[in-house]
Amino acid sequence: MTATASEMSLIPDLEPIQLLDTDGSFHPRPDLPVDLDDDQLRQLHRHLVMTRHLDGEFIALQRQGQLAVYPSSLGQEAAQVGTACALAPRDWIAISYREHGCAYVRGIDAADLGHVWRGTWQGWHDPLAHRVLPHSVPIATSALHAVGVAMGERMDGSDAVAASYFGDGGTSAGDAHEALNFAAVFRAPVIFVIQNNQWAISVPLARQTAAPSIAHKAIGYGMPGIRVDGNDVLACYAVMADAVRRARRGDGPTLLEAVTYRLEAHTTADDASRYRTEAEVNAWRERDPLVRYEAFLRQSGRWDDGYDEETTRLASEAAAALRDSVFGAASLDPLELFEHVWSEPPPTWDRQRAELARELEGEPDLERAQAGSH
Amino acid sequence: MPATMVAALNQALGDAAAEDEKVLVFGEDVGPLGGVFRVTDGLQDRFGPERVFDTPLAESGIVGIAVGLAVQGWRPVPEIQFDGFTFPALDQIISHLAKFRNRTRGRVPMPVTIRIPSWGGIGAAELHSESIESYLVHTAGLKVVTPSTPSDAYSLLRDSIRSNDPVLFLEPKNRYWATEDVELPVTREPIGTAVTRRQGSDVTVVAYGPTVQTTLQAADEAADDGIELEVIDLRTLSPLDIDTVVDSVRHTGRCVVVHQAGRTLGMGAEIAALVQEQAFFHLEAPVLRATGFDTPYPPARLEEFWLPGPDRVLDCVERVMEP
Repeated sequence: MTATASEMSLIPDLEPIQLLDTDGSFHPRPDLPVDLDDDQLRQLHRHLVMTRHLDGEFIALQRQGQLAVYPSSLGQEAAQVGTACALAPRDWIAISYREHGCAYVRGIDAADLGHVWRGTWQGWHDPLAHRVLPHSVPIATSALHAVGVAMGERMDGSDAVAASYFGDGGTSAGDAHEALNFAAVFRAPVIFVIQNNQWAISVPLARQTAAPSIAHKAIGYGMPGIRVDGNDVLACYAVMADAVRRARRGDGPTLLEAVTYRLEAHTTADDASRYRTEAEVNAWRERDPLVRYEAFLRQSGRWDDGYDEETTRLASEAAAALRDSVFGAASLDPLELFEHVWSEPPPTWDRQRAELARELEGEPDLERAQAGSH
Repeated sequence: MPATMVAALNQALGDAAAEDEKVLVFGEDVGPLGGVFRVTDGLQDRFGPERVFDTPLAESGIVGIAVGLAVQGWRPVPEIQFDGFTFPALDQIISHLAKFRNRTRGRVPMPVTIRIPSWGGIGAAELHSESIESYLVHTAGLKVVTPSTPSDAYSLLRDSIRSNDPVLFLEPKNRYWATEDVELPVTREPIGTAVTRRQGSDVTVVAYGPTVQTTLQAADEAADDGIELEVIDLRTLSPLDIDTVVDSVRHTGRCVVVHQAGRTLGMGAEIAALVQEQAFFHLEAPVLRATGFDTPYPPARLEEFWLPGPDRVLDCVERVMEP
């Protein structure tokens, strides 16, 4: 039996695992096979392009006043798409709020995300149909939900796993610790995909941890911790696929640190020029995951103009569809505020619902009249 | 047959787990030990270590995995060992458990019942006697249930576990060992229903959980002086059965609320507000509150001075009875 990544020492290698160098040359590793055919390799690229193209459309929609706020995934596409593509449809994903690439891989419509950022409702996609949990705004809290669904799958006798996505800032939060520890103690089939994008809004990685790397934190939980080049989609795929295999066969959780960079500000409401230099951002632009992967597809003879044109057309159509769905979309009936809190609204809400109904009808004084007529 | 509240809760958990194989019991020391109050005694032997298990010592983790397990189709009944240890889990409770169904537009229910041994009166260490109900009741999306008798403990816990909405089930520690002559299983009034424990015509006294017995004692003493208290046990704090309270106040004209929680923004504040909104012209006196003080819960040797006993209840009764 050959040694695989699953048997590696718990001390992570500080040098992130890379299969594609920055000019797109492929350096295969026998312990990390990329078991994808040509169509699947092109599909990875198509997801990257789609994620980036829609990201631009989202930012434009926000600038035009159509969205309340939007957190860009620019620069992090490979870390999200590469890892998510290594999961099967039966596997679960617990996102934070920036993992648009994961959502598209799972077939979630961009408009579903659009309604969240527009403020139509706090969640829009069907979490059970896509096996993607709703956006989770409190930092790293959804990591525990991933552990819970993973434990549940195991108890059901299924081999489905769960992936938990959060960031470098999230590793400081208490729930990240509790999730990593629970997962390790229960040997839950969870892969923690920590996108180290270097910045938690304006606070740099150095203020989040004094550990040699985020992957090193795995040592203390007794699980493998692996650093991967988060801008190398093939490395992200291969490392995730290996961790998923380990989890499926009952060998427990893995912590993946995908080293990447948030090229845009934290959200459309943030001004990144106040805390980081253009030179730093430009250095990371040079490591663009899309450019690198396109170079690989070209070099390996998997690229042709027909594919390129079709991909561009599909991305443009998706952006137009997003725009059509979100631009000027109607707000929900305000009375829906009372609909979903409990399976059945309690009788104590009758008055409050009636109060809103009257306000909607422009009769705010009615209750006062009724209150006086005991 | 006499049953303690601990025995009734234990049987409710066992019967629920036997009836529905998706019911899970987990928390700190709930396995081989059977819980620090023995409420989960014998359950691991009966249902196995997969369905009844000890967790790491981390309350946010306990509630967080409960959310995930519920998403995946299980019916978790986690225990938080003591009231004060709920605080580390409040982010999961408030930000996720309470909001998940609403966030997903009704697509993902949260059939989770968190059992919490609650309130004071047993001479415990710091943070083992907290009144946490106001934090929970103020959070949209949580049902908050508290029994005061063994039969209610059984019936309300069964209802809570069957509920597809999250229930915070607060067990009054000072009533754990009280007995009631009752044949289990038993079905009482459902969640969201208050009951009248004693009928009376002079003052409506509203209590719940640990203060129902205190109030009934006060009623006995008041009766000796010819004053008849009508004692209402709320049983559910959210959603609140205010109709039962208001109906009573309409015939007594006087109302006192009794709880261990500190006075400011306790349940008494809400009940007083609702009573004056809905029965203002029936009131003969202001609504008064017999409660704990607005100071931290005291050390064991001082708790008898902090907790509302029958005397504090009767003092309020006397004041609302003044002509």
